[in-house]
Parts: sequence; C-alpha cells; structure tokens
Amino acid sequence: MSPERKATIMSEEQIKNLEKQFEERIARDEKIEPKDWMPEKYRKTHIRQMSQHAHSEIVGMLPEGNWITRAPSLRRKVALLAKVQDEAGHGLYLYSATETLGISRDEMYEQLHTGKAKYSSIFNYPTITWADMGAIGWLVDGAAIINQVPLCNTSYGPYARAMIRVCKEESFHQRQGFEIMLKLSNGTPEQKEMAQDALNRWWWPALMMLGPTDAESVHTEQSMKWKLKRKSNDDLRQQFIDQTVPQADILGLTIPDPDLKWNEERGSYDFGEINWDEFWQVVKGHGPCNKERMKARVGAWERGEWVRDAAMAYAEKSQERKKKQVI
Amino acid sequence: MSTKNWPLWEVFVRSKNGLEHRHFGSLHAADADMALENARDVYTRRNEGVSIWVVESKNITASNPEHNGEMFEPAQDKVYRHPTFYDLPDEVKHM
Repeated sequence: MSPERKATIMSEEQIKNLEKQFEERIARDEKIEPKDWMPEKYRKTHIRQMSQHAHSEIVGMLPEGNWITRAPSLRRKVALLAKVQDEAGHGLYLYSATETLGISRDEMYEQLHTGKAKYSSIFNYPTITWADMGAIGWLVDGAAIINQVPLCNTSYGPYARAMIRVCKEESFHQRQGFEIMLKLSNGTPEQKEMAQDALNRWWWPALMMLGPTDAESVHTEQSMKWKLKRKSNDDLRQQFIDQTVPQADILGLTIPDPDLKWNEERGSYDFGEINWDEFWQVVKGHGPCNKERMKARVGAWERGEWVRDAAMAYAEKSQERKKKQVI
Repeated sequence: MSTKNWPLWEVFVRSKNGLEHRHFGSLHAADADMALENARDVYTRRNEGVSIWVVESKNITASNPEHNGEMFEPAQDKVYRHPTFYDLPDEVKHM
C-alpha cells in the first residue's frame, strides 16, 4: 500500500505524531524524498509551487521566442536560442520533479491550459523591441535568480536538486541580458533611448515578480517552515533593488522611480510605491498578453498531438516487431 | 485527445570516464531511442556527460522507506566491520 493511501486509514493521533516527526526532520535540515511519508498539505503546496515554477519556465520561452529570428547578429541569435532552450530544459526538470509527488504531466498541462494553474505574471508583458531581450535577461532573470538560489536548499530533495541545476545555468542568462543593455547604452542616442525605454517598462513588473508584500502574502509562514522560502518577498525585493541600482549606474540608465534614494541608516535603497492593482489585474488574467500567451501555448500543444500519437504508434510497432524476431 | 501518453524514463549520466553513472532526473519519451535523444538535450547541454543510460521508470523496484528499520538497522550495531574497532599498539603506525 502506498504511503499516502495508508495515511487515510491512520488515526488522527498517529498522523499528528508523524507530522511532528516530519517537522523535526525538516528542522534538522534532513531532505524529504518522494516515497517518504509527508503531510497532504506539504504534498499539495509543493505540487502547486513546483508546477507553477515549471509553467513559468515554459511560458517564459514565448516572449523571447518572439525575437530569435530577428536577433541583430549571429552572436546574439545563438545566445538567445541557447537561453530559450535552457528554459525548456528548466521546465522539464521541474515537471519531472513535480511528478514524483504523484501528479501526472498531463494533469499539470491541463491545469496550465485551462487557467487553473498560474505562471509568473511577468511573462504577460509584451516584448516590443530588441532591448527587451536585454532588460529581460538583466532584470527578469536577475529577479528569478534571487528567488531561486535559496531554493537550492529547500526541504524536498527532487526540487532542491532541480534548482541546483537551474541556478548553475541561469547566470549566463543574466550576463547575456546585461551585455545587450551595455551595448545599446554605449551605442547611438537612439539605441540608448531604446535601452532606457525597456528599463522603464520592465522595472516595475520585475519588482512585482518577487511577489506580494509580506503583509499580503498568504503562504509565507508555512513555506518558511518547510524551507520552500528562506527570505520574505519584501526582503528579496530589497536585495534585488540594492544589487540592481549600481548596475543601472554602470549602464548610465535611470531607474524609473523618482522616490528611489539611498538610505544611509538602513544601508539600503528606499523606493516608491508599487502599483499592486496592476499586479493583481495581470495575475487575474487581464495583463497585456495573457490571452496571447495561452493561445500560443495551447495551440502548440494541440498542433503537436499528431506527432505525439505517431511517435507512440511507431514505438509500439517496433516493439511488436522485435518480439516477433525473438520468437 | 491522445490515445496513449509517453511513458516516464529515468536518466543516468556518466560525467566522465572513471566515474559511475549517476541519476540525473527523468523525462517522457515514446521509446528508448527517443528517451536517449531527449536525455541528451535535457540533461547534457553543457558537456555534463560522456555516456547516458535510460530505463523505463516502471522497471525500477525501490525499497520502501517505511521498512527502513528492518532494512538498514541490522548494519548499525556491527561496529566490528570497521577498522577502528580493533585495538592496536601505537607503534604500529600504518595499518
């Protein structure tokens, strides 16, 4: 009998006891592996967060895919292509890690395609100029790294292992983005303006990407306990701002926040009010590209169906043929 | 609707000769050949390997963590299987 089936026929006291032992294991920094007993809430929370993470990687390919054929040079093109391919890979690592919790790949796709599962709201913004490829690598991947590095130590083994691989690959993404921004910033006045415009459009969505304020964040406390989260959203956001402002200075670009100011006492930057209405609108499906992204994703899945079926039919046929030869 | 889903495969990669194959993760593929090709693209984009094994996940038999007691505890009290169990005079330097 599988551990989760057994849990359903255990007494409440037995479950409490197991939960206590479970929390103690995590507190001791022990990893939880797929076949270990785990509370249902732990399983569900991980399925939710890990699948959302996987979906974000997959949908995240779309805004950048938009520019692969129009990259300004071969150097930029191979880099962008490799970055988008990495994102597909990251999505696949994360989907297979999530499957170890007992949800099928098809169920996860179904949840994404029907809108039941969310993905990072940042990918619902359009990529209208080449400079957006720079801003995404620099800011969006920069914010993602800040989010992801602490997850390399999370309590669920398969998630932690996937994140270690993701983080190793991610730093090239940010560097290639910054290089694009640097080149444009040192280029013609029009090119510099293009870079500034991209920064203007991506700055605030990048800050929102680190999640709602601590006061609004419903999952923080439990997630901290399970090491699904090591720092609060506001702390991560502050870290992102503090490390990004000096990089904007190197580029000679201006961060679009009149309230941004170094606070000597805190040793951090103070910053302006984030437009959370906009954030929630995008999360709820009313961002500039939500519909377009889902249409592209669902379309790709449906158009690929005959290929998946043909591959399966071929595999079964070859298997049959091999069996006959043995006889 | 697809008639049948691609099965799940476990991927093992040898990073370089002299090292063992290590579990890298899993993926879906229609057959073993496709699983190898997908494993190449998903798990070795940066020279992480010189050899790949794939095995369909359903063919793996795993021990049950709930039976870890009877499975692994018997080894715990057998200190005499370790060299430090044996008393030797200090004059014997390397043994």
